[in-house]
Amino acid sequence: MDAITIHQGTTIPLMNNNIDTDQIIPKQFLKNILKIGYGKHLFHDWRYLDDGTPNPDFILNAPERQQATILISGDNFGCGSSREHAAWALKDWGFKIIIAGSYSDIFFMNCTKNGLLPIILPQAARQHLAKLAPDQVITVDLPQQKVSCPDQTYFFKIDATWKNKFIQGIDDIDLTLQHAQEINDFEQNIPTFN
Amino acid sequence: MGKTLFDKLWEKHVISGPAGQPQLIYVDLHLVHEVTSPQAFEGLRINHRQVRRPDKTFATMDHNVPTKDIFNIQDQISRKQIETLQQNCQEFGIRLADMGNADQGIVHVIGPQLGLTQPGQVVVCGDSHTATHGAFGSIAFGIGTSEVEHVLATQTIWQLKPKTMGIHLHGQLQPGVAAKDIIMALIAQNGVDFGTGYAVEFFGDTLQQLSMENRMTICNMAIEGGAKMGMMRPDQITFDYLRGRKYAPQNMAKAIEYWQQFYTDDVSDYDRVIDFDVSQLAPYVSWGTNPAMAVPVTGKLPEITDMNIQRAYNYMDLSPASKATEIPIQWIFIGSCTNGRLADIKEAAKVLKGKKIAPNVTAWIVPGSRAVKNAAEKLGLDKIFKDAGCEWRDPGCSACLAMNPDKVPAGIHCASTTNRNFEGRQGKDARTHLASPAMVAAAAIYGHFIDIRQKEAI
Ligand code: SF4
Repeated sequence: MDAITIHQGTTIPLMNNNIDTDQIIPKQFLKNILKIGYGKHLFHDWRYLDDGTPNPDFILNAPERQQATILISGDNFGCGSSREHAAWALKDWGFKIIIAGSYSDIFFMNCTKNGLLPIILPQAARQHLAKLAPDQVITVDLPQQKVSCPDQTYFFKIDATWKNKFIQGIDDIDLTLQHAQEINDFEQNIPTFN
Repeated sequence: MGKTLFDKLWEKHVISGPAGQPQLIYVDLHLVHEVTSPQAFEGLRINHRQVRRPDKTFATMDHNVPTKDIFNIQDQISRKQIETLQQNCQEFGIRLADMGNADQGIVHVIGPQLGLTQPGQVVVCGDSHTATHGAFGSIAFGIGTSEVEHVLATQTIWQLKPKTMGIHLHGQLQPGVAAKDIIMALIAQNGVDFGTGYAVEFFGDTLQQLSMENRMTICNMAIEGGAKMGMMRPDQITFDYLRGRKYAPQNMAKAIEYWQQFYTDDVSDYDRVIDFDVSQLAPYVSWGTNPAMAVPVTGKLPEITDMNIQRAYNYMDLSPASKATEIPIQWIFIGSCTNGRLADIKEAAKVLKGKKIAPNVTAWIVPGSRAVKNAAEKLGLDKIFKDAGCEWRDPGCSACLAMNPDKVPAGIHCASTTNRNFEGRQGKDARTHLASPAMVAAAAIYGHFIDIRQKEAI
């Protein structure tokens, strides 16, 4: 997993609430058996017109936004289906950080597995960030837990365990296998009913 | 201070980690399906890892499978995904309910039906509706593909203990009002994220009137209220349901004695409580693009108060002036892990018996599993549906998420017993209206919703 410490990048605002994972990556793209290549289908139904050409009114298609790495959104981002493809698609398109009002629990966990940092900021902060110019770089400092743009700095909270995981980019399974003995012991004590 | 059902289950499963931080939790049952598992198995292969407990893992095919002409998959990518699961199960020694197999079906239908799901367990699956299994008194929740890989390799998962919420259901449901209406009303009244960060337990005297099928419908949709876990205390109804099922414990007496320790000591032990009287509840239907955008069938659609509502009206081509009963229905879908069990199919058949669906309505009945299909046919229900003008199909997720060819056409209003009415969920630009099986069946007859409580009068 890629580590994240201090990240600088430009933004894309998509401010509706309750953006669900069916919108982030529609089901027809879940048939793949790989983890890569989903970026071109990110927000597919909003991003492409019926004839398959890019919808010029959708912000992800704006030429001046193509380098953005930070997505700003509303409340309850990533609700609905548990599909990790949503996190993979956001990552694959180029996003490294999401700033929303809240997240669904499953989507949040999926972010932590993929080096996609989910930050929570209040609405006023997000509305301010959403108004920044397309080329305005902002700084996300994970060790200091702050987001800075030229005229403001916002602090955010994050659980210490997730924070360390992002900073170190640790593989979960390796970490867990250090507990192999405890897992063995646990299994000895599981009740059976035969 | 006492403990909740959830606290007691959690304590029994913590392997490592201090309270207040993510803790390592043991998984008793891992259910696997074709869509969210290929990358997990690939990860195991790359890292030369094995499946730690194939005996606690069970796989089926549901999301992609055809529900007509099942051995003839036209879509090459779907076929590849299905074949990949077959190969992975063989390579890693996992039991698979393959297509055509008597045990195959929607993952959340077959787990309980086979007796794999039991009280006192931690159950996970790469699917958000895993909350369904919580109806048995287990901690059951959906996980992402990285977590699927983690569980395959270690039989454990890291989780931060959520807060607990008790939802007190009391009163007697009126005839015609279903379990589906309880959960739809709760979400309509509390929003799509009221349960985020909580493990929700449903309790109260209403549960005594509900079968395991009904209870599963409620827990299934906990996730639509944001709660990744919904659960209920195991009781006699739970034990009676499990007895004699294929993978149920052989020594039921011993199992029941163990399971009976799992209950909430006192209402004050929850972090939050919601009180809900079901006695005045009317059947609910959704009008918009998330499950909270729903109203009693007796009601009107809401005013436009923000951009989210405006957006939903645009997508659904409806307006605030309409009544819920005026929504034109041209399609119905009965099935899914919410309402695709035998009890649900029976409810729908009761309404459709001796009737014909409206001429402009297309109706698909998709049983939740092969066993449900067989049982329904034994009762002659397939004949009732066919005589009414419905299509009786093979088991799978089908038009619940429209990943296979089963799609609702653009612009069409579909009354559906499923759980999500998101934009495009049942097909691009399809318009989904969630409701109970009886309500959906009645909508097929009339071409619009009716208040099923007054069915005789119409
Ligand atoms: S029936 Fe629908 S909600 Fe249930 S598992 Fe299948 S796709 Fe998901």
